[in-house]
Amino acid sequence: MNEVQAEAHEHPAYQRHHFETIAQQFDATNFAMWLFLLTEVMFFGGLFTAYLIMRNWYYPAFVEASHQLNIGWGTANTGVLIVSSFTMAMSVWNAQMRRKKGLVACLLLTFVLGLVFLGIKSIEYTEKYEKHHIPGFHYSMSSFLDPASDPEVHNAYPEDKPLQLDMARHTELYFFLYFAMTGMHALHMIIGIGILAYLIVRAQAGDFTTGHVTYIENFGLYWHFVDIIWIFLFPLLYLISRH
Amino acid sequence: MSTTTIVSLPDQSTARIPKMNFLTKENGLLSWLLTSDHKRIAILYLISITFFFFIGGSLAGLIRLELLTPQSDLMAADTYNKVFTMHGIIMIFLFLVPSVPATLGNFFIPMMIGAKDLALPKINLLSWYLYVFGGCLVIYTMAAGGVDTGWTFTTPLSTHYVNTNVMSTGLAIFIAGFSSIFTGLNFIVTIHKMRCPGMTWFRLPLFVWSNYAGSILMVLGTPVLAITIVLVALERTVGIGVFDPTRGGDPILFQHLFWFYSHPAVYIMILPGMGVMSETISTFSRKRVFGYTAVAFSSVAIAVFGFFVWAHHMFIMGISNYAALVFSLLTMLVAVPSAIKIFNWTLTLYKGSITFETPMLYSFGFMGLFTIGGLTGVFLGSSGTDIHLTETYFIVAHFHFVMVGGMLMAFLAGIHFWWPKMTGRMYPEKISQLAAVVTFIGFNLTFFPQFILGTLGMPRRYAAYPPEFQILNVFSTAGATVLGVGYLLPVIYLVWSLKYGAIAGSNPWQATGLEWQTQSPPLAENFPITPIMDHEAYDYDWLESQQAKEVASV
Amino acid sequence: MSNQQEMYEQEHHIVSPMIYLTILGALLVATGLTVWASYIDLGEWHIAPGVTLFWNPVVALAIACSKAILVVLFFMHVKYSTKLTKLTVISGFFVFLTLIGLTLSDYLSRAWGRW
Repeated sequence: MNEVQAEAHEHPAYQRHHFETIAQQFDATNFAMWLFLLTEVMFFGGLFTAYLIMRNWYYPAFVEASHQLNIGWGTANTGVLIVSSFTMAMSVWNAQMRRKKGLVACLLLTFVLGLVFLGIKSIEYTEKYEKHHIPGFHYSMSSFLDPASDPEVHNAYPEDKPLQLDMARHTELYFFLYFAMTGMHALHMIIGIGILAYLIVRAQAGDFTTGHVTYIENFGLYWHFVDIIWIFLFPLLYLISRH
Repeated sequence: MSTTTIVSLPDQSTARIPKMNFLTKENGLLSWLLTSDHKRIAILYLISITFFFFIGGSLAGLIRLELLTPQSDLMAADTYNKVFTMHGIIMIFLFLVPSVPATLGNFFIPMMIGAKDLALPKINLLSWYLYVFGGCLVIYTMAAGGVDTGWTFTTPLSTHYVNTNVMSTGLAIFIAGFSSIFTGLNFIVTIHKMRCPGMTWFRLPLFVWSNYAGSILMVLGTPVLAITIVLVALERTVGIGVFDPTRGGDPILFQHLFWFYSHPAVYIMILPGMGVMSETISTFSRKRVFGYTAVAFSSVAIAVFGFFVWAHHMFIMGISNYAALVFSLLTMLVAVPSAIKIFNWTLTLYKGSITFETPMLYSFGFMGLFTIGGLTGVFLGSSGTDIHLTETYFIVAHFHFVMVGGMLMAFLAGIHFWWPKMTGRMYPEKISQLAAVVTFIGFNLTFFPQFILGTLGMPRRYAAYPPEFQILNVFSTAGATVLGVGYLLPVIYLVWSLKYGAIAGSNPWQATGLEWQTQSPPLAENFPITPIMDHEAYDYDWLESQQAKEVASV
Repeated sequence: MSNQQEMYEQEHHIVSPMIYLTILGALLVATGLTVWASYIDLGEWHIAPGVTLFWNPVVALAIACSKAILVVLFFMHVKYSTKLTKLTVISGFFVFLTLIGLTLSDYLSRAWGRW
């Protein structure tokens, strides 16, 4: 390539032509991802508002319904996501240090941990299905009208009293919010895992260890955000009152 | 009418449209459908929103025809409900929300800041496709029998008591909402990160400030509408009860979430129009905008305060008196920045060198009609008067004054103002001035009687009404006919001008913005070299010194 | 390496894995803490007649907020980011809090009855 051509095209290959410098491209795309995360905050915000109102109105129903969730699985899932956030942050570090093997390994770990989370979630959802606690699909209040009929939960929480009929009905509201919020969260996880698969393929091809860290960093922001949503969902749904 | 004009066109016998411009750069349908050029996307949007405007307008015509007589004789009451619902949905989500941002904003924000394109060109194209997809779903809904809940989808009507196409309409608005979010996101990133050297925040044209404020509302408000639609859909399908009182839910919760978006939505609609006003009023008074900083900050203030007032749409719905008080007080606050803008534009006119080209006629219309609409908004913000006026034609008149008398006039002002820059051709001045006057007369005849109807007690969203209201309704329908003519004319003469209009040259209005310092139509990359901004906004002295240096002929 | 690439690395502070590891530890400890706290009745605070604040949800939310802040500051690099990024994050939470706060102002005051 002769001198004139080299000067005219002295920016890296991954810089788009409407940006003046690589720094501007990185800054702009990073900022754009943050703005997108703001829209996600407001999107989940509506669900949190609904949860807040319903929990205040129907606290006893929410407490007893939350005892139906297995705290072991919930805590495990929280741990899984936190570790996956760590491996995602390490992916960014590996990309910045141009360590391809490390990058691919950390991305793969994040991917696997994401799948583990979804696996545990599906175990939990199946449990709910088997106990007829999915709102709108043969929902059953018997565990709340008569706690003794549900020995698994009754032994763990012997002080749970039978609910009155109308309060028992409101446990369906709790489960609706449970499925809506964790379902929306799981949907975001699935999308994230899909994008991760794409990133792993490209990372293996060496695309992200040449200084072009933007995709990994911006995806990292998304992944951490999904983790933060779960950090709030866990105490709000699982830890209402376990005493 | 003054006979002086500021229009300065090149010698028509020798002037030609520049051979290299963004329209000639590539040819073929795919070069349009797969473009990443913000200017082409703006034109795609312009064609789409005009299409939906006329569908919405036809629905308005049907409403006014029905209301000619007191009985519900043109269509059944259910059909009438569907007509006004679709009119609202199309006009708000498919016309007003994208009108200025997606067309004029897309085209001109990069040029005004000296950039080559928006920050995320492919997201811009995606935004258009989402808009079109949402629009197609709305058309499908109409073909499938429409939806009759009113554009506000109030629960429990929309969740439990109707059999109409709430789901497909909800999906359409959900998708169109993302179109809006991506446009706003793109603008915020672009304005922060891609200004040319020397373009500080306080040298930006006020059009950019207004679109920036509107974009903040788009990004932060629209997702709440999205989740609200999801909740309505879940309520309709699964029936979980979050909005159902018989199962412990609260219909007011829906309204809180819905209006949390829909109130900022009205500012999303009006702010870009106010931005256009700053440009046109300055240009056609040959004077910098009075109180630049005040106008800039008032745009942001409207955006911020706009988030705090949503429950003034819910005064009679069952919120507590204390909440009504708080929201009423906050609503009084939000009127202040809008008033500041009107004062500043008026003071821009004072001792200016005013001429009456078409964009300026529309601007005068805006200032008068938006002021009336805004003042009547204050009556409605005060909860004591709102209790009597809400759900009557007073509300209908109020929002049509601000949206049609305000925003739509601003949109037309902007289209006429920037038409020579987008196409390289001038529109025909006399007929366009006539259209502007016809629109103004038609508008007043249509909507002013509705204020009176509202105070007399005629409720909104009813196909039949007591016979004593008929005369005012007849005036209103007559006005609507005139208004329709006023809106048809621009389509005809603007299309005509594409082939037969005078060649405009780069700066027919002798305006100061960066977009006017380059050719019409612009190059694909906007500027041959990156501009350097070394003067303040609306600096007509700088413009004069530039023109003195220009080579007018060889 | 080219001039541009040098500038890039100066501008983008690379956070060390040790910090990430520390934050990971803190997050896991906080998770354990919040689970443990939910098994204990932390009592209440009677602010005024009819107005009671229960400590359990307050503690749970406080721990969750702290975890979120750690993730935002360190995993998402906000501590090392521009003022604009920090302003963006704060404004997002501000609008979210407005949604919840003003909506609650209606629900909480309904029980106060008429004037």
